[in-house]
Amino acid sequence: MREAARDAIHARGAAVALGGRTVWQGLDLAVGQGEFVAVLGPNGVGKSTLVKAILGLVPLSAGALSVLGGRPGEHNAGIGYLPQRRAFDAGLRVRGVDVVRLGLDGDRWGVPLPGRTRRRRDADARVADVVNLVDATAYAKRPIGEISGGEQQRLLIAQALVRRPRLLLLDEPLDSLDLPNQAAVAALVSRICHDEGVTVVMVAHDVNPILPYVDDVVYLGPGGAVAGAPKQVITSATLTRLFGTPIEVLQASDGRLVVVGQPEPPAYHADRHEHP
Amino acid sequence: MVVVADAGARLTWNLVTDTRQLFAFHFMVNAFRAGTVVAVAAGAIGWFMVLRRQAFAGHTLALVGFPGAAGATWLGIGAAWGFFGFCSIAALSIAALPHRDARGYSEQSAGIGVIQAFALACGFLFVSLYRGFLNGVNALLFGSFLGITDGQVLVLLVVGAVALAVLVVAGRPLLFASVDPGIAEARGVPVRVLSLVFLLLLGLTVAEVSQITGTLLVFALLVMPAAAAQALTARPASSLALTVAISLVVTWAGLGAAYYSPYPIGFFVTSFAFAVYAAATATAAVRRAPGPNIAPAP
Repeated sequence: MREAARDAIHARGAAVALGGRTVWQGLDLAVGQGEFVAVLGPNGVGKSTLVKAILGLVPLSAGALSVLGGRPGEHNAGIGYLPQRRAFDAGLRVRGVDVVRLGLDGDRWGVPLPGRTRRRRDADARVADVVNLVDATAYAKRPIGEISGGEQQRLLIAQALVRRPRLLLLDEPLDSLDLPNQAAVAALVSRICHDEGVTVVMVAHDVNPILPYVDDVVYLGPGGAVAGAPKQVITSATLTRLFGTPIEVLQASDGRLVVVGQPEPPAYHADRHEHP
Repeated sequence: MVVVADAGARLTWNLVTDTRQLFAFHFMVNAFRAGTVVAVAAGAIGWFMVLRRQAFAGHTLALVGFPGAAGATWLGIGAAWGFFGFCSIAALSIAALPHRDARGYSEQSAGIGVIQAFALACGFLFVSLYRGFLNGVNALLFGSFLGITDGQVLVLLVVGAVALAVLVVAGRPLLFASVDPGIAEARGVPVRVLSLVFLLLLGLTVAEVSQITGTLLVFALLVMPAAAAQALTARPASSLALTVAISLVVTWAGLGAAYYSPYPIGFFVTSFAFAVYAAATATAAVRRAPGPNIAPAP
């Protein structure tokens, strides 16, 4: 077992209860710096709650959790967070670069002085850099409501990255994207993870678009949580134990994994409005 | 811009003479002072209102001003206090309604609608209680620029300055919260407090605008300039500045036109704003038409 202080995220027997109901428990997790980890599980199992626990927005009911070497919430300035969300309103007349810029200084009070101050030049340069990093330069100056969902998602990832976080928390960033865009955004996140050395924790509904890139997965279920390499976690034996009901993991000829028997509603978008 | 002058008006089409005539009377100077304050406040707050999709709340606040003003007149304490008092209370009531996310939205608009209908009914009652007031109803609903006193201008100026000062301090977090409340909240922006503060600002501004354009025509200054500017540019700073500029121009033009014609100011301000809005949307449509062909491939 690695040393807890060196890990980006380290959990021992962590559990969360909301309104007296245990959401998940027994979570042991070690995410090293620069790793790409996926959080998986059926609807309503508390994937977003895990992200909120990492941010310190939801307290633990048992166990210990350290984030970036401190308590959850202590080093939030070093975390870039992209909540689960719907697309922007089509009529929203604000440019993509402005949305990215809000991630940099949108929480500051007061209005910036007009003129080309040094701070503004630095800010403009940082926004341009990060927009370039997510390959969004071509459409970043168009109104954000008018660009596609995949393009919006890239700009939101840029917004989460603009303050140079050490840890990136992405809650279902592939949700509501079509398959080619899911693959492209997953590849982009993986590239950022490696090139920038950012630790990435991504909540995902379907593991397949990110399977080629992830180092570890965390599978949440009603019985607890299992963390480890995808090949060890996403197996019939492990998932059957986690859910307490027979589950079969099938591998298609192209390498895609299909989990059969998981207690989950069939509709793909069923948990889009979930806010546990 | 063509101003259809009444035969009896003294419009000479000589800019210098006409401008001098316009400011010859103190009531007209006060009308321009009040109009300028109102136009700036309405432009700035209206820009955020359009961005936040709170036009329905804005309209309800405006209609609440009507019973406020009618009730205050009936009690003999001055319409302005009724406008400000009722609009502020209504803003707090709307803020107290359950809101956020798409599921709550219809519920919230139903609640706002309830407030709106009740306000109109109360206004009607107050008007009938105060019998001699019937001539004033037109002014309350459709605006008037006659007889604005120095004291009223001062009240408008103070309230407008307070609203703008709050906007200067809270503008950037408010923009963040308006564009993307979820992420703003995660970044530590007090989204709920800002939402309440904004509704209060909206209530105060609507109360100001009502005193010039009347309660039914507040959107002339609150929605049209902002909608026109946002159609023309998606840069926040530019479109906010453009909104205030459009708001000022249509207010000044409306005051001038109303002075030289027998028709009410509300009609002119609204028509000029509508013309600007129509021109802006047409420009945006023309600009967008060849878009997909020449835009770089994403």
